Amino acid sequence: MMTVDLIHRRGEFCLDVALSLPGEGITGLIGRSGSGKSTLFSCIAGHLRPNAGRIALGSKLLFDSARGIDLSPTLRGVGLVFQEGLLFPHMTVARNLAFGARRRGTEFWHEVVDALDLAHLMQARPGRLSGGERQRAAIARALMAEPDVLLLDEPVSALDPDLKARTLDLIASVQARTGIPMIFISHAPEEVRRLCDRVVTLADGRADLPAAACLRPAAGQAARPPLSLVRRPV
Amino acid sequence: MPGLTDMEQAALMLSLRASAQAVLWSLPFAIALGWLLGTKRFPGHALLNAVVHLPLVLPPVVLGYLLLLLLGRNGPLGAVLLEWFGIRIAFSTEAVVIACAVVGFPLLVRAIRQSAEAIDPRYASAARSLGASEPRIFLAVTLPLMAPGILTGVTLAFARAVGEFGATITLAGNMPGRTQTLPLALYTVSQSPGGDMAALRLCLLSLALAGAALLLSEALSRHTAPHEVRPA
Repeated sequence: MMTVDLIHRRGEFCLDVALSLPGEGITGLIGRSGSGKSTLFSCIAGHLRPNAGRIALGSKLLFDSARGIDLSPTLRGVGLVFQEGLLFPHMTVARNLAFGARRRGTEFWHEVVDALDLAHLMQARPGRLSGGERQRAAIARALMAEPDVLLLDEPVSALDPDLKARTLDLIASVQARTGIPMIFISHAPEEVRRLCDRVVTLADGRADLPAAACLRPAAGQAARPPLSLVRRPV
Repeated sequence: MPGLTDMEQAALMLSLRASAQAVLWSLPFAIALGWLLGTKRFPGHALLNAVVHLPLVLPPVVLGYLLLLLLGRNGPLGAVLLEWFGIRIAFSTEAVVIACAVVGFPLLVRAIRQSAEAIDPRYASAARSLGASEPRIFLAVTLPLMAPGILTGVTLAFARAVGEFGATITLAGNMPGRTQTLPLALYTVSQSPGGDMAALRLCLLSLALAGAALLLSEALSRHTAPHEVRPA
């Protein structure tokens, strides 16, 4: 379970969210450009310090302004995949994956490489990869660190429709195989419908009631429990 | 070397050796300063930047004279070095290296700073999220991404050091075989009766060295260009 309750102001903009997310499956975070999605990710990952609030991942407290706790990004166990992938350009894919890997060459390593179809690209430099290959490698690199949660910031927005669909399927597959919970930013509702178990809408810095509590119930199973989302009183 | 007199050969070798040493010694400081100026904002940033770039705009003779005041036997640093360690800097081969380092330093820092500025800070954020410590991020991510700037800076600083004249003659003098570099040898023969051919020879040699350095710089920057620093 991840609980996020924070306020972050920058100029006129104010991000003000209070929500709790189950620690499983894929949660979609949708909203227009400038609604605060990436800012929220930066706060969770520890790259941006909120003005006030509390962020917890299970029993691990990542940030608590009242108690002066602000865990370093290196210790948070929060993986982050950027829209552009941001693979280290001077390293091969294998070295990128090994950069944060906890267990290089183990079953987990092969599982991720296989799920994201990267085996034939391991010795390639990022500059020689296609957009889809770069994103798959970036997701694999983040997963190799075995984070407690993986934040995906519009990882398929720059891909063409066919590649986008295939990459979304691979993300769903690797999530199912690794069991690492993911939060997926998008401003395309069809992507969220295809990939996510639940969705949070962010508008003008505020999280709103879910557009649909459960989007992708597994066949023959009850829908996942809806996320609890509490709107802060104005 | 065929066609060169002993004095000219000695001057050429001293220029190359002193320039290489100057760049080598100043490189760690230049990397630290270039990275600091290119990636951090702090009080005094503009002042530090101005001080680093001062040798670019000061007349080299002024630089040499300031260095002489500092490192001469009665200077605040020179007196300490002489009294405590018996080291005499002014009018020595080491003075040539120092003069070369001071004039080349701003070019080195400038190129490194520009390459540091061009690095997307999110590479470091990505590395932090992968659990990397700050020293590891610097050594494994930032430094390799700054490599094109470092190589360009090294080449430019080396070329500038090879051509250094004013600061060297003021701080180190013009002693053949000891402190006489290529430009000083060229100046000396050009002032001597019948030295026109020797002057022309050294002039062409200087041109060849500067051209080779620029071609090398170009080749290195082309070689390192495929490593994108900012994602498309």
